[in-house]
Amino acid sequence: MLKGHVFKYGANVDTDAIIPARYLNVSDPYELARHCMEDIDLDFIKKAKPGDVIVATSNFGCGSSREHAPIAIKASGISAVIAKSFARIFFRNAINIGLPLLESPEAVEGTDAGDELEIDLASGTIKNLTKGKTFKAAAYPEFMSGIIKAGGLIEYTRERLKKNIGAKTTKVA
Amino acid sequence: MNLAEKILAAHAGKDHVAPGEFISAKVDVVLANDITAPIAIREFQKLGQDKVFDPKKIVLVPDHFVPNKDIASAEQAKILREFARAQGVNYFECGQMGIEHVILHEKGLVIPGDLVVGADSHTCTYGALGAFATGMGSTDIAVAMATGDVWMKVPPTIKFVYSGKLPKYVGGKDLILYTIGQIGVDGALYAAMEFSGEAIDNLSMSGRFTMANMAIEAGGKAGLFFADKKAVDYARNRSKRSPVVFEADADAAYQAIHEYDVSRLEPQVALPHLPSNVKPVSQVGQVFIDQVVIGSCTNGRFEDLQVAASILKGKKVNSNLRCIIIPGSQQVYLEALRAGYIEAFIEAGCAVSTPTCGPCLGGHMGILAAGEKCLATTNRNFIGRMGSPRSEVYLAGPAVAAASAVAGKIVSPES
Repeated sequence: MLKGHVFKYGANVDTDAIIPARYLNVSDPYELARHCMEDIDLDFIKKAKPGDVIVATSNFGCGSSREHAPIAIKASGISAVIAKSFARIFFRNAINIGLPLLESPEAVEGTDAGDELEIDLASGTIKNLTKGKTFKAAAYPEFMSGIIKAGGLIEYTRERLKKNIGAKTTKVA
Repeated sequence: MNLAEKILAAHAGKDHVAPGEFISAKVDVVLANDITAPIAIREFQKLGQDKVFDPKKIVLVPDHFVPNKDIASAEQAKILREFARAQGVNYFECGQMGIEHVILHEKGLVIPGDLVVGADSHTCTYGALGAFATGMGSTDIAVAMATGDVWMKVPPTIKFVYSGKLPKYVGGKDLILYTIGQIGVDGALYAAMEFSGEAIDNLSMSGRFTMANMAIEAGGKAGLFFADKKAVDYARNRSKRSPVVFEADADAAYQAIHEYDVSRLEPQVALPHLPSNVKPVSQVGQVFIDQVVIGSCTNGRFEDLQVAASILKGKKVNSNLRCIIIPGSQQVYLEALRAGYIEAFIEAGCAVSTPTCGPCLGGHMGILAAGEKCLATTNRNFIGRMGSPRSEVYLAGPAVAAASAVAGKIVSPES
């Protein structure tokens, strides 16, 4: 069960806003987290506590493919991101590194900055403890649940490679 | 099946695929750069596999912060270099390198029919060749480097048909900006964009690369063109591999079809702070600018410099701004030099740089101060994209950029 307070943002929060490119000369997660969201919200990194949740409207994470974006969010203590929709590459990256994302337009509409949320990832249930409301997130496709269950794409692939030694190296045509 | 479905089905070893279906597909090219490769290499090493699946199919290009701008970026480039040498993959050192999405097709590493994945969102550029090319993150690329395959959800496709003949000074950049202005930055979210019509048939490869490049700016997974004779000839002149040409079926299904008559299209400009905030240049109003950047994976090709040179030759850059021109590759640089464009740029008062992504992402070589405005031929104008969060970026094609560099404000090349 995840529990934390909400940071709320609007539409099209891009990866340059999540982690500006001027900080991409390093790849250490905690170094990146120090600058997370700073161009649109200077307070974010001062106030974010472990378990807190980002809630945004549509197309969250649009722009570049930098995995530094979900890495910075995760390392800043954020336990999950809830949005009406996510940009495609950001979605993949977050799932691959184990940052939970939930798609729920109702939860976004029914949540304000500072509200306290409790999230059960297994059932996709989002409880707004401040407002006393409960929302449901869209279920993950089965294939993606496999990656999430394994703890990310690397762990998922390690298991796959172990099981199928023969497929370890693909023959060069 | 449409174009995207045909290419994906072939790489998944299936006769048929449909939107929404999860597939595992074999890749032809795996790409990463100096920002994304260090993380991909770190994740690759966790997989416990010593060697990449096929070094010939992996391309590493240090281009974002190269020539290295500081110690930290030099350390990142070093990780890339050492991994590339140890694994024997395709690697382009500073001096041979260019912007990844300018050199891969230029060097014949991507051809029609390929499936390309890259840890860079503008990997979609190669759709111009009739390849399915899409951006992913570093972890996806780590797995692709190890296994040679990727998981993918087959996207729905939106078809765009452009009729009419393009007016002078209107090119691929204007078509794609206009399109993003029409559908929005998430107008093609998760979808493939398929570009066709008379204006596309007549468009140069350079213009097609520019359009495919910005498919991601509409949220698209890929921006695809049918590989006509122009595309096939382009690849044949550069690669020993044989192009595979896929064509959409006449009864192929599309999520939507948009038709635009572009015979009277004006040059387009995207205003801050979204690539969809697009107006025809005549409606932009008085915008005085501090900097012009001509270059990037969007508009750093020979033809772009040709357009810029045709306007800048014999003129002077306005004394209130600086104009930075960055050829996208060493090859482009050399051809522009031989054609006399570099001389024309320098005589006009432009700064000309070695290839780099540099200013486009606010890395180096042209960072903006608070309150400054820049007109760039790049692809994104998000808040803080090119420097200070209080600076502004306007996007346009090379003709508007060159004319504006002379005028000191955003103007039509016709003026």
